[in-house]
Amino acid sequence: MASNGITRRAALGAGVAGVAASALPLVNIHAQGTAGTLRCGFWDHWVPAGNGIMRELCGEWGEKNHVNVQVDFITSVGNQNLLTIAAQAQARSGHDLLAFPAWEPSAHADLLEPVDDVVNRLIEKYGPINTAAEYLAKREGHWRGIPTVSGSQQKVPCARFDLMQEHAGLDIRKMWPATDVRGPGADDWNWATFLTAAQKCHAAGVPFGLPMGAFTDAVDWVGALFASYNAKFIDEAGKVTVKTDPGVRAGLEYMVELSKVLPDDVWAWDDASNNRALISGRSALIFNPPSAWAVARRDSPEVAEKCWYMPMPAGPAGARVPYLPYFWGIWSFSRNKTAAKGLLEFLSERGSAERQTTTSSGYDIPPFASMSDFPIWKTEGPPVGVVYNYPIKPHHHATQSVAFAPAPAEIAVQAYNQAINTKLVAHVAKGGETIDQALDWAARELRNFARG
Amino acid sequence: MAADGSIVTLEPSIGRRGVASLRRFTRRRSTIAFLMTTPLLLVIGGLVVYPAGYAIYLSTLNRRMTSNIGLGNFEILLDTDTFWMVIWQSCIFAVSAVLAKAMIGFWLAHKLHDIPSKGQRKWRGMLLIPWVIPPALSTLGWWWMFDPSYSSINYLLNVFAVPAVPWLGEAWWARLSVIIVNVWYGAPFFMIMYLAALKSVPEQLYEAAAIDGATGMQRLRYVTLPMMRNIISITVLFSLIVTFANYDIVRVLTNGGPRDLTHVFATYAFQVGILSGNVPRGAAVSLFMFPLLAIFAFFVLRGVTKRTKEEQ
Repeated sequence: MASNGITRRAALGAGVAGVAASALPLVNIHAQGTAGTLRCGFWDHWVPAGNGIMRELCGEWGEKNHVNVQVDFITSVGNQNLLTIAAQAQARSGHDLLAFPAWEPSAHADLLEPVDDVVNRLIEKYGPINTAAEYLAKREGHWRGIPTVSGSQQKVPCARFDLMQEHAGLDIRKMWPATDVRGPGADDWNWATFLTAAQKCHAAGVPFGLPMGAFTDAVDWVGALFASYNAKFIDEAGKVTVKTDPGVRAGLEYMVELSKVLPDDVWAWDDASNNRALISGRSALIFNPPSAWAVARRDSPEVAEKCWYMPMPAGPAGARVPYLPYFWGIWSFSRNKTAAKGLLEFLSERGSAERQTTTSSGYDIPPFASMSDFPIWKTEGPPVGVVYNYPIKPHHHATQSVAFAPAPAEIAVQAYNQAINTKLVAHVAKGGETIDQALDWAARELRNFARG
Repeated sequence: MAADGSIVTLEPSIGRRGVASLRRFTRRRSTIAFLMTTPLLLVIGGLVVYPAGYAIYLSTLNRRMTSNIGLGNFEILLDTDTFWMVIWQSCIFAVSAVLAKAMIGFWLAHKLHDIPSKGQRKWRGMLLIPWVIPPALSTLGWWWMFDPSYSSINYLLNVFAVPAVPWLGEAWWARLSVIIVNVWYGAPFFMIMYLAALKSVPEQLYEAAAIDGATGMQRLRYVTLPMMRNIISITVLFSLIVTFANYDIVRVLTNGGPRDLTHVFATYAFQVGILSGNVPRGAAVSLFMFPLLAIFAFFVLRGVTKRTKEEQ
C-alpha cells in the first residue's frame, strides 16, 4: 500500500488533541463563576402557558444565581412521569429535581432529600401548609417534597347556574358570590341538598356528570364525599376498618342513592368524560378544576359564560375538597442539592406562585391558605368571578382531603390507584351485591395491600 | 545443558509451540462458531436473560424492596379476589381472541388464495392494514366508536331504532369490545401466515384427491389441514403468548374497568407495579403465566419438531 506520509498513530493523536482543544473552552466557561448545572423535570402543564412561566422563572433564578438551569417538561399522559420517576429511582440517576405526583414522595421517601429547611422557612413566611399536602409529603417527621403551585389542583363543583336555577331551584351565584360572604342557602349546601338537585336535574335530562370509574377524577370526588362522612377505610395504624366504620357505610348508602340519578355510562368514564358532558351542554354540574371551564370558553363560549364554581357540599364531618397536589422533590443522588433547594424556594414564594397561578388562569393552587387571594380568581371570566370560589376561602368552612387518608401512604396509594372506593359503590350499584358483601370484598382487598 | 556443553534455551520452542496451539485453537470450527455467535449471545444475555432474571428477582422482594420474601407475592396474589378475576379474564380474552383470529384468518386466507394472483396483491395489502397500524392508535379510533357518551356505533344503531349498547360500561359488553379490537388487529397476521402455508401445498395432492372423488370438506380435512398443521401450531402458540401479554388495547379501551372486569395480566401488573408503587407484586403478576406458557410452548414446539422429522 502506498504511504501518504501520515501514520495511523499520528492521525489518531491529532484527532484526540483536536477534540480536547475544542472542548477546553466549554470547560472554562462553566468553571468561571457558575454554580454548575441543575437539571429539572417539571410536570408538562395542561395549560400551554403553564410551561412558559416555569421556564421563565427558572431562567430568572438561574441568571441571578449563575446556575445553568435545564428544564424538561414530562407529561402525565400515559403515566410518562410515573415511568420516568420509577426509572430514575431504579437507576439512581437522572434529573436533580422532579415534579412528583401526589403519592410519589412517600413511595420514594428513602431516595428523596429532606427539605425541612426550605419548607420551614416558607411556613414562617406564609403560614401553615394544608394538612392533606403534609400527609402526602411528610415521612417520619421530615418533608420529602415541597407542595407545588404548578399542577396542584382541586376538584370542586363547576355548575351551570342557569340549569341549577331552572331545574333545582338553586341560585348558586347568590349562594356563593364572588366575594368573601356566604349567601342565602349556603348554609344548606350539603349532600342532601346536592342529592335533591341531582334528582331534579336528572329528571330534566341534564344529569350531574360525576365519573364513577377508576380514574383520578372519580376516586378524588368519591374520596372527598366519604371523608365528609368521616369515613376511614384504613386507620392511621394500617388496620382495615372498612367493615366496621359507620362513616363508610353511611357514605356508601348515600352513593348508591346518588348513582341512580347519574348517567348510565359514568362507570366507564375517564378524566375527560365529565368535561365533555359539561361542554356539550348535557350536564348541569361536574367536579373539576377550571380547565373544564377554560376549554368551554374556547370551544363552547355559550356554555362557559353560564358556568360557576362553588365549594363542595358539606357532610356530617364538614366540607371536604378533593385535592390533588404535585410535589417538587430533590433526589438524594442529585449533584446540586443546594442549588435545587434555592430554586424550589424561589418557585414557592408568593410572587412566583402568583405568576404561576395567573398564567394558568387560576388552575394552579398554592399550598398556603394565605395565597388564596390572588386577583386572577376574582377577575377571570366570563362570567367575571367564575373561579372565585375555586380555591378554599375561610368562609367556605372547608378543608382539603385526599382519598383514603389517614391510612399509611404505602397502603393508601394502592387503594387509591385501584379505585377501591368507586368499585365499592359499583359492587352494590352495578354488581347487585349487598352492602355487607361489598364491604367484605373491600376489606379483603385492603388487607392484601398491607401485606408483603 | 546439552551434551556438547552448550546451553539450550527451551523458551523459544515453548513459545513457538504456544503460538501454534493458539493458532490451532482459533482455527477450530467450534471456536470460530463460538466467536461468531458471541454478539448474539451478548444480545440475548443483555436483552432477554438479564431482564427476565431481574424480573424474577424483583418478584421475590417485599413492597419496599428491602428484603426477600420468596414466593410471598404469589401467595398474596392468589389470596386476592381481583387477581383471580384477572386470571379468569386473561384466559377468556386470550383463548377466545386467538380462536376467533385463527378462524377468521383461515377463512380469509382461503378466500384470498382463490383470487387470481393478478388481483390478489391489492386485497392482501388492504386486509393487512389493521395489522400494520400501531395498535395504540387504532385502539383510540375504536375507543371513539365505543365512547360511553358519543359512540358512533350507537348513533348508527339508534338510526335503526336499536337501543344504545353500553360497550365499555357493562362487564360482558366491555369484554366483548376488547376481544373484537384484538381480533380486528390480529386476524391479518393469521391470514398472511395461512396464505403462505396454503401456497406451499403441492397442487398434485389436490389433483390426486379430486381423482379419488374427495369432496371439498374431505380435501380440507385430509390434504389442507395436515399440510398446514405445523404453521397452525406455531401461529397459535405465538399469538397466544402475544395475546396473553397484551396491554395497549385494554389500557386504552377500558383501563381494566368496569370493576376490574376487563383487566389482563399486563394492565393489572402496570396498575399494581407502577401506579400503585408495588413493583415486586407487579413483577409477580407479569410472571404468573410464564411457567404455564413455557410448558405449553414446549409441547407445541416438540410436536412441530417431531412432525418435521417424520416428514423428512
